[in-house]
Amino acid sequence: MSTSVEPRGWAKAALHVNGWFVYMFFYAPIVLLVIYSFSNSRNVGTWGGFTLDWYRDFFDSSNARGALSNSVKIAIFSTIISVALGTMAALSLERFTFRGKKVFDALLYLPIIIPDVTMAVMMLLFFGEFFDVLDALFGLGLRKGFWSISISHIAFNISFVSVVVRARLAGMDTDLEEAAIDLYASRWKAFRYVTFPQIVPGIAGGALLAMTLSLDDVVITQFVAGPGWTTLPVYVFGLIRKGVTPLINAVSVTMLVVSMLLVVLSIVAQRVRRSG
Amino acid sequence: MRNLKRFRYLAVLLALALAVSSCGSDSDEAAVADCELNQVDGDLALYNWAEYIDEEQLAEFATEYGISATMDVYDSNEAMQPIISAGNSGYDVIVPSDYMVSILIADKKVQKLNSDAIPNAENISADFSGLYYDPSGEYTVPYQWGTTGIGVNTAVVGKDFPRSWGLIFDPSISGAFDGKIQLLNDPRETMGAALKYLGYSLNTTDKGELDKAKDLVSSTADRLAAFNTDSADEFLTSGETVIGHGYSGDMFVQFLETDNPEDYVYFVPEEGGTRWIDNMGIPFDAPHPCTAHTFINWLLGGDQGAALSNWNYYGTPNDAAVAGLDEDLLDFVNDPELLAGGVDSLEEIEDTGDFEINYADAFVEAKG
Repeated sequence: MSTSVEPRGWAKAALHVNGWFVYMFFYAPIVLLVIYSFSNSRNVGTWGGFTLDWYRDFFDSSNARGALSNSVKIAIFSTIISVALGTMAALSLERFTFRGKKVFDALLYLPIIIPDVTMAVMMLLFFGEFFDVLDALFGLGLRKGFWSISISHIAFNISFVSVVVRARLAGMDTDLEEAAIDLYASRWKAFRYVTFPQIVPGIAGGALLAMTLSLDDVVITQFVAGPGWTTLPVYVFGLIRKGVTPLINAVSVTMLVVSMLLVVLSIVAQRVRRSG
Repeated sequence: MRNLKRFRYLAVLLALALAVSSCGSDSDEAAVADCELNQVDGDLALYNWAEYIDEEQLAEFATEYGISATMDVYDSNEAMQPIISAGNSGYDVIVPSDYMVSILIADKKVQKLNSDAIPNAENISADFSGLYYDPSGEYTVPYQWGTTGIGVNTAVVGKDFPRSWGLIFDPSISGAFDGKIQLLNDPRETMGAALKYLGYSLNTTDKGELDKAKDLVSSTADRLAAFNTDSADEFLTSGETVIGHGYSGDMFVQFLETDNPEDYVYFVPEEGGTRWIDNMGIPFDAPHPCTAHTFINWLLGGDQGAALSNWNYYGTPNDAAVAGLDEDLLDFVNDPELLAGGVDSLEEIEDTGDFEINYADAFVEAKG
């Protein structure tokens, strides 16, 4: 930190202006979105006085509430599983050598690289055929729903989590771990008391990213969802066809608040760890 | 080595299972579901456009038949189709639009209906018989419908105007309102309106006819406020336009939102216009086909059909439902000039196949 050089004169001014522009670019649309969610007019963009009606509509609608709870359930479940699997993948790639490591490494990036819609079609066909096969073999009447969506979200989230955790691992000295093992700590104990505490911020970051991606995903979810498992983003997308009313703003603001709460929580959690 | 063997075994098993499962679906494609009237064989899973049925109405069906009913939503026919086609969607009833029905039938993705389980189909108006996409109504029944036409602010334009596309395209009729007219930003709808004004079919595949329509739209472009699809109805009620090209249901909803709905009129010109029809169908692998039949029959009842339209403001294809429509909606629906050229002047937009690109090109050129 102490190596940073303070810019002077016009450079400093330009940086300031640039900074404000960036923030405006990011946040002006969000501020507008929030403001118009309280507008008492069906048309987004015309201010019709203050009202909470759109929020009432949202929470009164059992479809919307159901979609919200679906989203939250899937996000929590898929985050837990993908964090566990992603962290393990990151550790094995960063700490061990094994046959096929390069291939595994390259394949792990695939879900990040391929377009959403390609992954969505792959998943759709997979579940269509897979359930047929299971049905023919064992007579299971499987339906798409919670499991198919969760598995799909886990499938792409593993990659994101492992990338984040690997970045943390790569910047970490292996000396501490080796010292612990030299001092007769078992491999597990060295991981539990030395490695793990150091990569927790990486895991937390990966988890947040995974949860956000899961909460936001429209394309893949739409393709693998089953009866009763419409998620909130898919529901919002459907609403748009009926014209954009401030109801969509209200739903979006609710999602925004939830995401921001998650971020704040993670910061608080890390603070507590450090001081405790 | 052992791994490889196991893998081979699995592959054979997989291939076998695929063969078995595809055989199964081939053999029962022609049969209709063996369902009695009002029989339910499980919970209902409805796959529908968003905000197209009141959730309370759906709950009423569930209570009446002692099952549970869920609805999931899609935002376009194209989003729904791959999900149904891939199989194992789990949905019992879907609501595809006209052209999508023909695609689903051709792909054998919807099953034939058992007419014994849907006696209320006789409530369907004769205007909906012999539809191009399902001529004998074997596979689907109409759900709701609507038209594309012209909305007018009569407080500005007055009540004395011809019910013709000339209201948009003929400067000698509407020249006084230049800059306050809007056309849809949609190649098929807008070229279709021009084609209808010129007396052609809006599904024409004649390059010469399309060129004339292109010239007409092109000469009108300068007199427009905008080519816009999403806000056509809002422009009209906010005063930005006084003559607007748009969809019936959207127009009615928007008019009824204003303090003076009687100042607005919506009609389909005498030369004719577009009609779209959304339909109820049952996917080929619906898990509960009998519940699906029962739901379709229930929704085709007079009271339920009226409740549907009173909630979503779209047209009902159900003759028995008309008497139950809300008064404010009836005012619009009963307007004798609503369909100035009668039902026969309406056409559904059909897929013109390879010719489709010409519509897109003509529209881009016409917009200039």
